[in-house]
Amino acid sequence: MKGISREDVRHLAWLAKIELSAQEEETLSKQMADILNYFKILDKIDTKSIEPAYHVREVKNVFRPDEPRKANPDEILKLAPAKKGRYVKAPKIV
Amino acid sequence: MKDDLGLKIGLEVHCQLTVLKTKLFCSCPSNYRGEDPNTNICEVCTGMPGTLPVLNEKAVEAAVKIALALDCKISESMNFFRKNYFYPDLPKNFQITQYDKAGGSPIAKEGLVETIAGIIRIRRIQLEEDPGKLSYEGTIVSSPISLVDYNRAGVALVEIVTEPDLKSPKHAREFLQKLRSILEHIGVCDGSLEGAMRCDANVSLFGGKRVEVKNISSFKEVERALNFEITRQKTMANVAKAEGMETRHWDDVRRVTVTLRVKEAEEDYRYFPEPDLVPITISKEYVADIRKRMPELPDGRKARFVKQYVISEEIAGVLVGEKLLADIFEESLRTRMASNLLGSWLAIDILGYLNRSEKTLADMKFKPKDLAELARKVEKKELTENTAKSVVIKAIEQGKSTFEFAKEGAAITDEKSIMDAVKEVFEANPKAVEDAKSDPKAINFLMGQLMKATKGRADHELARKTIEQAITAGS
Amino acid sequence: MKMQSAWEIAEGVRKGSISAVEIVEEFFERIEKHDKEIRAFITVSKDSAIQQAKEIEKKRREKKLGRLAGVPIAVKDNICTRGIETTCASKILKGYIPPYDATAVRMLKEEGAVIIGKTNLDEFGMGSSTEFSAFFATKNPRNLNHVPGGSSGGSAAAVAKGLSAVALGTDTGGSIRCPSAFCGVVGVKPTYGLVSRYGLIAYANTLEQIGPIANNVIDAALLLSCIAGHDPHDSTSIGENKDYTKFNSSAKKLKIGVPRQYFGEGTQKAVSDAVWRAIKKLEGEGAEVEEIDLKSVGYALASYYIIAMSEASSNLARYDGLRYGFQDSSGARDWSTLFSKDRKAGFGFEVKKRIMLGTFALSAGYFDAYYLKAQKVRNLIIQDFQRAFKKFDVLMGPTMPTTAFKLGEKTVDPLAMYMSDCDTVPANLAGIPAASIPCGSSNGLPIGLQIMATPFEEGKMLNVAKTLEDILGVYAE
Ligand SMILES: [Mg+2]
Ligand SMILES: [Zn+2]
Repeated sequence: MKGISREDVRHLAWLAKIELSAQEEETLSKQMADILNYFKILDKIDTKSIEPAYHVREVKNVFRPDEPRKANPDEILKLAPAKKGRYVKAPKIV
Repeated sequence: MKDDLGLKIGLEVHCQLTVLKTKLFCSCPSNYRGEDPNTNICEVCTGMPGTLPVLNEKAVEAAVKIALALDCKISESMNFFRKNYFYPDLPKNFQITQYDKAGGSPIAKEGLVETIAGIIRIRRIQLEEDPGKLSYEGTIVSSPISLVDYNRAGVALVEIVTEPDLKSPKHAREFLQKLRSILEHIGVCDGSLEGAMRCDANVSLFGGKRVEVKNISSFKEVERALNFEITRQKTMANVAKAEGMETRHWDDVRRVTVTLRVKEAEEDYRYFPEPDLVPITISKEYVADIRKRMPELPDGRKARFVKQYVISEEIAGVLVGEKLLADIFEESLRTRMASNLLGSWLAIDILGYLNRSEKTLADMKFKPKDLAELARKVEKKELTENTAKSVVIKAIEQGKSTFEFAKEGAAITDEKSIMDAVKEVFEANPKAVEDAKSDPKAINFLMGQLMKATKGRADHELARKTIEQAITAGS
Repeated sequence: MKMQSAWEIAEGVRKGSISAVEIVEEFFERIEKHDKEIRAFITVSKDSAIQQAKEIEKKRREKKLGRLAGVPIAVKDNICTRGIETTCASKILKGYIPPYDATAVRMLKEEGAVIIGKTNLDEFGMGSSTEFSAFFATKNPRNLNHVPGGSSGGSAAAVAKGLSAVALGTDTGGSIRCPSAFCGVVGVKPTYGLVSRYGLIAYANTLEQIGPIANNVIDAALLLSCIAGHDPHDSTSIGENKDYTKFNSSAKKLKIGVPRQYFGEGTQKAVSDAVWRAIKKLEGEGAEVEEIDLKSVGYALASYYIIAMSEASSNLARYDGLRYGFQDSSGARDWSTLFSKDRKAGFGFEVKKRIMLGTFALSAGYFDAYYLKAQKVRNLIIQDFQRAFKKFDVLMGPTMPTTAFKLGEKTVDPLAMYMSDCDTVPANLAGIPAASIPCGSSNGLPIGLQIMATPFEEGKMLNVAKTLEDILGVYAE
């Protein structure tokens, strides 16, 4: 990783669905490069034979019974900023 | 489809586990059909901040059944991953699914399904959550807005991914029908429910880039969409336009595919292990227990039908192609009578009628045993086969639960009445009677005239015998 | 007026010598008087609190009072409270009223605790100073020119100033312990899995826990006893219900390990002196103390930030303005533009930066070098701790390398801010319990001592904390 170009920043912002101002793009490309550069400290450790610790506790097989329970749909629907009838309204897709 | 096109078709089939009472990760009722929008929702399946998923126990069992039915290798341990992408129907803007890289392990892989046109290899099957449902004002392209209903969000899906082994659009349809019958036999997915089985198709031609067609909602549509897409890609190739990797949407109203998005590169879903769910171990004992309880599958049932009921492979194949059809057949045949007759009625006449008239087996309101009784009457010569069949079709047409015979509808089986009818026909057709003495084909003509005169009610065999005897006697 | 501890309030309310309504009103008076300058609260829920207190009075007559009867509690604003606005100190959730209670909140209510308000934090917990709140910065009650620490700065400041008897915080990489150290109160990050995360608005799922912030060890232990336990809504919760309030104050034969890595370059002398003084006192009481090496701890910070940012980038994807929260009203013509505008206006710069870095660390081609690598290093850190705990009952060191820094001192240099978490993040990566208790001060600013124990040994850890507290005295205003 040489650094983070404005192009890289724009692509990541597109993936993350965040519109950025030109100023933000500029600052981010500099700060992100610094931080990613710091992260490279990890390259010093050999982890070839180490498993990742995706879960810190060894818990397995947690389930829920298949029993229906009616919730509070109206309280939830009320939170949507734009609605049409009982639908949540969104802009066009294509 | 000719082979020199280099046609490659692979399918990703999403099957809802309609056997479950609740969604995959929350306790909302999973049957959203017929409900008002956004009523089967809770804080978990709408992705409210702070909520966490908890896995439905029965979903694992259902998926293992599918894995066994498709001859897959079942993982000893499986885990869930997040597939990150934004879309308005996706409440958390990531989908909880399974993955086969980065330490991921879906519930099963490497299975196969046999079809008439060859073996389809199954790459993997995985458990995942359904997104919500989008609807539009008009079509997806013309609608200025989209409307989101989260009732479907979080419903348990099993995604079945095939290798690109499908040879043609028709083959794709055949495979899907077989798959549906398998799922119905193991009782996890009711394919007759709208949207319970949906598929995305990957198509490539001439070794070109893969195009993904989404939103295919029925098996008929699969064939149509694939045919359209193949023609479109051929045309594109002819005008030498390079195909980019692309996702297209099947517009089933206009019956065309439209561009949804062009991928600059392989989509970057940023998969990583779902931190809020723990790994699931699937022990050999657990699988063995399910295997013991596995019901009969279509292939086994077909073989049994052929043996037990002495019917043809073809008819048996058609019958088990749809679980309900096979059930009706067996239900009708508790006493093992008239199996050939009933088999061909169901597999050819009834199914043919249903397909032509866009009806389904559910439109048959009468009882299977009544149908069997009818076949028995035909076998006992109390009724002609033609009459019986037309009575059945009429009952389906009118949605009746009982069979109705016209007053004069009963079969004519007594010798005297037949003899009288034959006499009338002979008097009206002297030339044919003369010809019949030397030309057996003329007998067929006379038979036809007789059936016409008796409105098809004359017993076939008896009528032919009577005509033949009368001609022999007259010469 | 003498500050009453939470356990004293609960005892008084149960016996009938204290009125729950009066005590709650007393705390609101203090909030009205002091919160204008401290700014610990984003929301004050006076009406519902008085209502809750009245119900407790009613229940007293029926003798059905819980362990926290009438105790005013402040809840960090990233923990869901049904019917009370919960913002994560972010514009994107302004006005959001959760349709459910976090499990910890429900358990507290069942024990009779009264929720008096929601406290300030760094937006979504992303910060160590509570300056990155979208609304306002909270100030350190010990010195108003200094930060209270973060991200649970509002909770720690409220408890330190006596605006709430106790508080809930959340700790992803030190967010309970850092402000507890800076404000001079007791903070506990429980073992990963002991307290349900259901209703804790996720920043980094595999690292964070809800935990107590209190003015003394007994209160912290009492609060922890009320929120610990298995929750069927959280697949990663495995805790049992235990009572942590039974202490036997003794340091005899206690084996204390002191990792050298916790006294690194950036550690202020006043801090290391105060911490060592406290450890020596325990040695004087019969504890065995040994300096040790925990080599992998030097890599903890990088590992921590990669994991936290990666998980955050996914957790925060849901804030698109469709189902709840802020929606841009300029009439975006397609969904992608709308989402991008909602998130542009809804998130602060620090949050955007972490989402961007997390997106990067998970993206194709970089996953192995960043996220996977960080999780492997995390495993080494876990193993290092496991080895250490074979020999020692607890590990000790400073909570923070420095005392509270000045407001604005580190906001321009993100790496400098991140570095200040160096002593707290290892416990989150290892999933072990860790507590911060006051052990002295420098220029009027408190110093926190950190105690770490092996998973689910909160009892042992709090026992040591109580012993130290008995020796050093409660640091209170
Ligand atoms: Mg899928
Ligand atoms: Zn739900």
